[in-house]
Amino acid sequence: MVTALADTPAALKPRRRALPYPAVLTLLTGLLLLAALAGLALGSVRVPPGEVLAALTGSEPTPLAPVIWNVRLPRVLLAVVVGGGLAVAGTVLQALVRNPLADPFLLGASSGASTGAVLVIVAGVGTGLLGTVALPVAAFAGSMGALVVVYAMARRGGTMTTGRLILAGVAVQYILSALTSLALVLSTEAEHARAILFWTLGGLGGARWDSLFLPAAVLIAGTGLLLALSRPLDLLLAGEEGATVLGLDTHRFRAGAFVLASLVTGVLVAVSGAIGFIGLMVPHAARLLVGAGHRRLLPVTALGGALFLVVADLVARTVAAPEEIPVGVITALTGGPFFLWLLRRSSRGEGVTG
Amino acid sequence: MTHRTAPAPADPGFGAAAPGSLRAEGLGYRLPPPGRGRAGALLLDGVDLEVAPGETVGVVGPNGSGKTTLLRCVYGTLTATSGRLLLDGQDAAGLTAKERARLVAAVPQDATGAFGLTVRETVAMGHSPHKRFWEGDTAEDAAQCRAALERVGAAHLADRRLDELSGGERQRALIARALVQRPRILALDEPTNHLDIRYQLDILHLARTLPPTVLVVLHDLNLAAAYCDRLYVLAAGRVVATGTPAEVLTEELLHDVYGVHTRIGPHPVTGRPNVVYVPE
Repeated sequence: MVTALADTPAALKPRRRALPYPAVLTLLTGLLLLAALAGLALGSVRVPPGEVLAALTGSEPTPLAPVIWNVRLPRVLLAVVVGGGLAVAGTVLQALVRNPLADPFLLGASSGASTGAVLVIVAGVGTGLLGTVALPVAAFAGSMGALVVVYAMARRGGTMTTGRLILAGVAVQYILSALTSLALVLSTEAEHARAILFWTLGGLGGARWDSLFLPAAVLIAGTGLLLALSRPLDLLLAGEEGATVLGLDTHRFRAGAFVLASLVTGVLVAVSGAIGFIGLMVPHAARLLVGAGHRRLLPVTALGGALFLVVADLVARTVAAPEEIPVGVITALTGGPFFLWLLRRSSRGEGVTG
Repeated sequence: MTHRTAPAPADPGFGAAAPGSLRAEGLGYRLPPPGRGRAGALLLDGVDLEVAPGETVGVVGPNGSGKTTLLRCVYGTLTATSGRLLLDGQDAAGLTAKERARLVAAVPQDATGAFGLTVRETVAMGHSPHKRFWEGDTAEDAAQCRAALERVGAAHLADRRLDELSGGERQRALIARALVQRPRILALDEPTNHLDIRYQLDILHLARTLPPTVLVVLHDLNLAAAYCDRLYVLAAGRVVATGTPAEVLTEELLHDVYGVHTRIGPHPVTGRPNVVYVPE
């Protein structure tokens, strides 16, 4: 038997997580419900929480029920779906590139989806029944294409550096936004310009009941599937060689997971535009709470992303009322500095490239 | 085989499998061609290798001689481009990544932590080849992880982050992960790299007393002589010598292969070959 070597400084105590896992889930769910209630109550017209509940349950008729049901509830639910979905997509992308600086926005997936959607609109098939199919499909294709290019550029000779990943993401974003601008300039219809601005900045103003079902279904199915795949996702954290040695067919799994992440991103961006940085911040915070294992991490990221976007959208609607700020501006204003902080930390070599 | 220092206990608590054999027949690996009309470099050239169950066999040779390439072919991150590899009698070409991972475990060189994964989580990954991908870990799995960590003397590290550990501690944690994999063959790529001398001796002693058959790439010829039953010497992708350390490590061979002058005598304590380098 080998004896334990006693060279561990006493100061390096084993890390204990502050909260037990069920408490984290309960707390986040509670906060999400509170934020959703606030999202329903606040806005151009203030509705007292009691009346909100009355309108939701239909227990007593209130004149504000249509506002709650047809405007605010779909919007809050869309924030839940988009926030949760982008955070989950970010978590998966971070595992795939094994780098906490990854996010659907930074890796170009969101821009790709926007460009796909914009091209569909300019081509004139963005409305009607064809549009409801063509938009998400084009967004999915765009996000997939952008991810493949960024990944291939960042990864040469089997290794991937943080610098190359971010540079590739930025370059692809520039190209895509140039394409979007080109479409804007060439388009003669004023309506297109508005739509294009929406996809570039991101916003939840377009929330309607009938635009909710596809993203919600994709989010639930995607998160469920990823949760089932949490073991191979964990294996990716062991590195390319490590994962192979532990029996994972990394090429096949990576390809499948990229398709799944692009699908979630594309479908979400098709309804909400390119809202950035949620997939960057939320997984990071969630890991601090519950660790890196995906079985525990994914539910927490989904809840955390939903909470974050519901709150961000509430801020976007109320802080400059009656003017509404695009929610993408709020997430970029919080996420941008966070990204810079992470980048600074990573340049000191802490836990990024691993 | 002849000088095992301590026999492995019958049931060490992590469900060890019986040691397996390893056999390479004319194994070759050629890099993909870098351009049209140019052939890729041949990194392994007709390597024959035979490791009996329970042996600890070392692979030594100069930089670029193909040691790591050979090991990668064995643990499956590279696929040999010619020849045959038999893992416990089964042709490696016909195995899925998962089937292979049940036979061979490895501690690759790039294995570091990411995202603050703890030692316990890392070791638990060793169960993966024995699980359907959606299956969770059971209480028995957790007990096996504890036993494996205890076996490598790292039980006190379970809650630490892998990326915070020192090199020696990390090697132990990764060897514990490999043990949880219940392999028949363990492949180690320079497990003593960057370790101080105490850890070097410690890790190699540990490796040869573990249940699986061990194939280990080593730079340090004295460590190879002290801890391996047999050695293979590679040069330019070919096996140039094989046998017990005493048969292989000669002044002539080291001059031919490494281009250095040495004096080799018996180690004062173990009696195994002891290499002393003569400065130019």
